[in-house]
Amino acid sequence: MEDILRATKAIVAAGAAIGAVLLAAGCSSSSSTASGSGSGSGSGSSSVSWATVTSAQAGGGMSALVAEAKKEGQLNVITLPSNWANYGNIMKAFTAKYGIKITDANPEGSSQDEINAINSEKGTSRAPDVVDVGTSFAVSGASEGLWAPYEVSTWSDIPASAKDASGDYYADYGGLVAIGYDSSKVKVAPTSFKSLLNPIYKNEIGINGNPTQAGAAFAAVYAAAIANGGSLSNIAPGVSYFKQLHQAGNFVPVTASASTVESGQTPILIWWDYLLASEVQAQDKNFKVVIPSDGTYAGYYDQAISKTAPDPAAARLWEEFLYSQEGQNLFLAGPARPIELPSLQAAGTVNKTALAALPAVPSNVSTTLPTTSQLSAAQTIVSQQWPSVTS
Amino acid sequence: MAPLTRPRRPRRESGIWRWVILLIAGVYFILPLATAQRFAGFSSFSSVFTQPGFGAALWLSAQLAIATTLITLAIMVPTTIYVHLRLPRLRRLLEGITILPIVFPPIVLILGVLQAAPPWLKSSQWLLGLEYVILAMPFAYRAIDAGLRAIDLKTLTEAASSLGAGWATTLWRVLLPNLGTALMSATILIVALVLGEFTMASLDLFVTFPVWIVQFDQLNAQMSVGASLFALYVTWVILMAITLAGTRQARRTGRGEVSLFTVTTSNTTVGES
Amino acid sequence: MTETTTVAAPGPVPGPGARPLPAARRRPSGRLRAAAPYAGVAPFAVYVVLGLVIPMIEVIRGAFQAPASGALTTSNVSTAVHGAYLSGFENSLLLSLICSVIPGILGFLIAYAIFTAKRASLLRQVVITMSGVFANFGGVPLAFLFVSSLGSSGLLTGWLSALGLNIYNMGFTLYTMSGVAVVYMYFQVPLMVLVILPALEGLRPSWREAAENLGARSWQYWRHVGGPVLAPSFLGCVLLLFGSAMSAYATAEALTSGTIALTSIQIGSFLNGNVLAGQENVGKALGVGMVVIIAVVMVLYALLQRRAAKWLR
Repeated sequence: MEDILRATKAIVAAGAAIGAVLLAAGCSSSSSTASGSGSGSGSGSSSVSWATVTSAQAGGGMSALVAEAKKEGQLNVITLPSNWANYGNIMKAFTAKYGIKITDANPEGSSQDEINAINSEKGTSRAPDVVDVGTSFAVSGASEGLWAPYEVSTWSDIPASAKDASGDYYADYGGLVAIGYDSSKVKVAPTSFKSLLNPIYKNEIGINGNPTQAGAAFAAVYAAAIANGGSLSNIAPGVSYFKQLHQAGNFVPVTASASTVESGQTPILIWWDYLLASEVQAQDKNFKVVIPSDGTYAGYYDQAISKTAPDPAAARLWEEFLYSQEGQNLFLAGPARPIELPSLQAAGTVNKTALAALPAVPSNVSTTLPTTSQLSAAQTIVSQQWPSVTS
Repeated sequence: MAPLTRPRRPRRESGIWRWVILLIAGVYFILPLATAQRFAGFSSFSSVFTQPGFGAALWLSAQLAIATTLITLAIMVPTTIYVHLRLPRLRRLLEGITILPIVFPPIVLILGVLQAAPPWLKSSQWLLGLEYVILAMPFAYRAIDAGLRAIDLKTLTEAASSLGAGWATTLWRVLLPNLGTALMSATILIVALVLGEFTMASLDLFVTFPVWIVQFDQLNAQMSVGASLFALYVTWVILMAITLAGTRQARRTGRGEVSLFTVTTSNTTVGES
Repeated sequence: MTETTTVAAPGPVPGPGARPLPAARRRPSGRLRAAAPYAGVAPFAVYVVLGLVIPMIEVIRGAFQAPASGALTTSNVSTAVHGAYLSGFENSLLLSLICSVIPGILGFLIAYAIFTAKRASLLRQVVITMSGVFANFGGVPLAFLFVSSLGSSGLLTGWLSALGLNIYNMGFTLYTMSGVAVVYMYFQVPLMVLVILPALEGLRPSWREAAENLGARSWQYWRHVGGPVLAPSFLGCVLLLFGSAMSAYATAEALTSGTIALTSIQIGSFLNGNVLAGQENVGKALGVGMVVIIAVVMVLYALLQRRAAKWLR
């Protein structure tokens, strides 16, 4: 019996020693592990290195792309919840159409998680192929050289302000900041940010998290800024608005979600309109969504293909699918606002029922997107000032 | 004085106030749980249970828990004993080192490890297990250290060696049985840690039990709360099974308080530690 | 004299069935002999280097690098010690202090209450296992538990109001430091119970009886016997609780959504968020700050332990 213990110690020591040797070996080789494994997912015979193809045309046409993607047979996506902008149905439709299996890692993760996963899983077959991130992350990823430029077939239908000129990243869908409320508990319907200051809403209003960390919460502050005399370059009035809301006793600092709405903790929730619909309204028939009449903020997410994607052809086919009429209409059913909505409407290929289900946008509300420098300036102000909201 | 075979319960009944404390504690811990359970209802449990992936996720977590516990104890117990006996000046250093993993946010640790680890290790789930050992270290060390201070380590080891026991026999047949509570506390902490650890597993893209449970956040509110409570109950059942097995083992093999220790107990004087 | 242990006093003569004493081992010479005792901690050391030191070095390196270029800079560190981040350190320190000492005492009381029960008793097993479960319970689910019971429209709040005790009118709220501290007890107290329980075995009941026989009152027993014996372990466990409180963030985040500046939440925003991109190195600088704080706390802790040891004599 004593030998077991001695043996255990020896094994642990030996294992550690071996680990040290391998670590040293790994440290030198892991940095040089390129995406050579990218084309290695079974397709040795292709003369096209799909990892660097910048459009379907350049790769030999859509049929060549589809054939190659089917050969790869699988796609790694990340942080796509199934009830977020209808991603569940989008993934099902893609698999049904092309027979390519999709693995969705870390569905509740953040944009930073996606970037981290690309960096840490580089060279493995589990690394993400494509990402869906907030614009700041798409930009920072581009500066780190993480993306492979690619232009989908419907490239010209994407507005110029919503895509990177070199094709590194491109907006896919988005929404507006809206006010959702449970009409069975909230008797007087709120219509604007100003109306939320009414004392009858005491202890009822929440946002979906920490604006320094959660994109939707950050957007809520931005929207409040625009509604209160601020602008895309001035987010400070948004922070002071929430300070006011808290002093009135209406703001509940807890991270609000469908659960807190249903349990009655935060009957009023400021969130993306499509999430209010798909995550709260879907379970609570009394829940109503309204775009604030004094101003709101539009936020779009961005697609990008990883330069070191293990399944490059499948990744590109996925993008083609998302930006096809079918894909964009599936986003619309989210109910999110697909980036190519104007073109779909012009061409008459839009899903009219889904379009009608979108919350109405008040006429005086503009939805321009901020520039990168406006975004980072706003983020700095929020991270500095947000803790003062309750003090 | 009659030889003691077990520490006797103190004659004076801390009786009443013991129950008062436990009652207050019970209310504080159970009431919020009951409130959440009331909200969630019980129907969610069967849907969670039958969701695909439950078995696989639980099995992965169980494997990691077993591996982490074994490795952590195998490293920490001999090391702590060794330091207490031979290198007492290193005790502070050991305390400092073992507090570090708890101060470093797990996300920072896993990012650093993922940067340094070789690819073949990264694609394996055992990288997670190895990192969990680091996370478990502070708790294991504290429990073992507390247990070691409670027994008369020096006398025990000297007595054992003078009776002819080698280092390993001393550890296995003399010290470990007297560290029963410490080992049990450490095991429980480690298993509960592994069954509840989310950040590192999700960053490493592995579907352990807590990672698997989070998917229910997407469903309706009752389901999502019900799922977290379900995870809590599953963890508790596993821990109960471990403690029951542990005490049954102790009773069966007669390992408990009966050891060399009791022979020396009657010779100790008040105040000696 | 054998090499195995230094024997202070000769033990009992081995009986007929005992194994013969091990033969004297050859002594390694000179420097090797001086290093030999440290060989015992080699496996631990190797593990710590691989699993802890190397990631730490990565983090420290990152803290002093500019994110895009990799050039050496102190801008991350200077950001990390000003404004909201300085408040973060202050708040984290205060919260961790409160949430280590108080649960330390409460956890000790609970552990003492059950340690007097039989080893295999159901009460003890249930409390120990539940402590294990709660010690690791936190984040959004825990926040929900408390918001639904003690929130402004919580169940318990409602009951207390019905009894005439409106705690919110009296100024209590779950979303301040004190509210967060109340919620932190939920995992800090069980942690304390589990780590102090093994130490309680060091309190021999014979000492208590002897003290009583000598006419000592309860507080005298604690002052002269129980306290000194348990003090080192107690302090060590409180230190552990301090570290645990400093690094906890999911619960505070879910409760306050960042309206209280806490270092752990801020690190999360940089390293794990959806808003701040490309600034991970400030997060790493904050992490280095946490390590500095813990190092200072360790020094104070060592001083405290030395005081406690004097008490023992």
